[in-house]
Amino acid sequence: MISNRGLFAGIPGKKHREPISNTALLLRITICTFICMYAFAMLVWGGGFLNPQQFLDIFNNNAFLIVICCGLTLVMITAGIDISGGGVTALVTMTCVVYLDDHGGSLIGSIALALGIGLAFGLIQGVLIAYLDIQPFIVTLAGMFFAKGMVTIVSAVPRTAAQETFVALKQIFIEIPGVGYYGKTGNFIHAKIEPGVIVALAIVLIIAVVLKWTRFGRNLYAIGGHTHSALMLGINVNRTKFYAYLLSGLFSGIGGYVYLLHTGAGDAANATQAEIQAIASAIIGGTLLTGGVGSIIGTLFGMMILKTITSIVVTSGLREPYWQSITTGLMLCFFILLQSVVLTIREKGGFKQALPEWMKLKGKISI
Amino acid sequence: MDKGLKKFSGSQLVVPLFALFLLIVFNLIRDVGFFSINIITNNDGNTVLSGNIISIINGASELAILAIGMTLVTSATKGQDISVGAAAAIAGSVFVSVLRGTQITLPIILGAFLACCIVAIIFGSFNGTLVAAFKIQPMIATLILFSAGRSIAYWINGGATPTVSSPLLVAIGGFIPGFPIPTPIIIMIMFVVLIWLVLKFTNLGLFTQVVGINEKSARLNGINTAWTKLLSFIILGVCVAISGVINVCRIGLINHETILIDIEMDAILAVAIGGNSLGGGKFNLTGSVIGAFIIQALTVTLYAMKVPSTAVKAYKAIVIIAIVIISSPIVKEYALQLRDKLLKKPTKIMEN
Repeated sequence: MISNRGLFAGIPGKKHREPISNTALLLRITICTFICMYAFAMLVWGGGFLNPQQFLDIFNNNAFLIVICCGLTLVMITAGIDISGGGVTALVTMTCVVYLDDHGGSLIGSIALALGIGLAFGLIQGVLIAYLDIQPFIVTLAGMFFAKGMVTIVSAVPRTAAQETFVALKQIFIEIPGVGYYGKTGNFIHAKIEPGVIVALAIVLIIAVVLKWTRFGRNLYAIGGHTHSALMLGINVNRTKFYAYLLSGLFSGIGGYVYLLHTGAGDAANATQAEIQAIASAIIGGTLLTGGVGSIIGTLFGMMILKTITSIVVTSGLREPYWQSITTGLMLCFFILLQSVVLTIREKGGFKQALPEWMKLKGKISI
Repeated sequence: MDKGLKKFSGSQLVVPLFALFLLIVFNLIRDVGFFSINIITNNDGNTVLSGNIISIINGASELAILAIGMTLVTSATKGQDISVGAAAAIAGSVFVSVLRGTQITLPIILGAFLACCIVAIIFGSFNGTLVAAFKIQPMIATLILFSAGRSIAYWINGGATPTVSSPLLVAIGGFIPGFPIPTPIIIMIMFVVLIWLVLKFTNLGLFTQVVGINEKSARLNGINTAWTKLLSFIILGVCVAISGVINVCRIGLINHETILIDIEMDAILAVAIGGNSLGGGKFNLTGSVIGAFIIQALTVTLYAMKVPSTAVKAYKAIVIIAIVIISSPIVKEYALQLRDKLLKKPTKIMEN
């Protein structure tokens, strides 16, 4: 293969095509699935799915999940896992509400508190996992237990934030000009998004850039792909892993504040199963738990697929709660099997052979 | 003597045993009578043993059985099954739905148990097939059943939480009349002995460890790696069925939302606290069983200290972190160096 490349490199017209990477392939599958699924929903059920507000509500309701997913994807690329996200989110919401209402806290103070809690979790988990070499599952499981237990110690009953500045901030909506729908009385209503969505999408963009174009981002892929090779290449494996968990903790803190901005309440039941949803989003988005493969845009689309499936299930009349989890399970099963089959065929080098004749690229250099 | 001490302090059981010892000492200091065993007469008129130590072992029965299955899965597949709680809910629902509406006799209970065993084995094989044939990470493969399992249990019983009551079921979940030890403990001991015999007289344990340590060389040596992995999931399925049935008999009803909730996390913790690597390979079942007792002893201790049930998790997390830090390889190495220094010093002084 290498000799071929050298041989044909100088010949004009014989442009060598880089084979598509696993990350890009899985990302394309995810995005295509989402577009097909949403288009199908629009055609069959119309109504709500044609309303831009319903599309934006996927973001409004799940902005915190996007933020948590960002941290989780970073960690999963290094072949680790972080399941403390949901617990930390609940802890942040409760602590901030108690701080704002009972201790006369300021808005800036509560944001600092949220970031502080997230960083503290990230710091401790990062040190334990990266430097003491303890299994990430156990450490973050303990983190989740600790956070969920602490919520009830901070306050045993659910609370709602009543501080004025916070309530004012919570009620801010950003209207998108030119996009909207006609209400029942025929008036044009602008589609709205919450400030939390802007935060979440900004983080997604930053992480996408970091993963693609910075040394830290490439190091994450290198470590996940093969830790020993990364070590031999002179990458500081421990420090990179530590930063990944630190960032994951920080994002859980931010996610908690975004959640608080959305609901305005502190409750131990907040963000239950958020970690499982985040893991499912990352998997559907093409991130492999074995590490080294994954992208943040894929995770975003994975989350959207998961939520679209839920609303399709509800719209199609299966209102009983158990249908949602059963379809989520089936969806996961489908994507996991798809990834497994695609990657196995690719590994055997038979992917090109498996394609039908008309899909094969003409004029491609064969081995 | 010295050599024996060295061997023991290097073994993986030292940290879990030390943790259990600390818990016992802590409880004795807090309350001298904590571990006293009384003989009382319960509501059914049986003379039975009672006391904290009995309730710890009794309460840990399901966890210990699941931890054994989880150890085998961990060893063979280098991953964990996070769907055991959901699968136990399904198994329990099947058990109850067979018993419901019929006259409960011993053959029918056995039939119901067989049915729920078969269902649990089918779901275990589903997980196992995904892991063994499609080479999917166990935690991801079992995520499917984890998210759908309790809903399937809900669907089996039509959303209701039916109760079953019969003296025979009380005998399984509580006490056999005239016998002072709780039946779950006896079932657990029987199961542990059975697994121990299987491991002693078959190659199961050896093959499982070989597949976990180096799958490629195991295959080259003629071991059917896919079958070994599938078998570990099937055994876990049987464990799930047994613990589901014990729990249903203990409570007398099936609630798909709350039966054995979070047990998967506790089972994985029991494996890890027992000193087994979650990365597969060598395993020690005694460690996992001790791990299960540690978790239950910790829970009972916290309840005895009047910690609210929702806050127990936070204290549990602190203890777990302490245990995993002590048993982490880096800290262990440092501790072994320290031990060698301490053991050498006195001899030097004597020479001088």
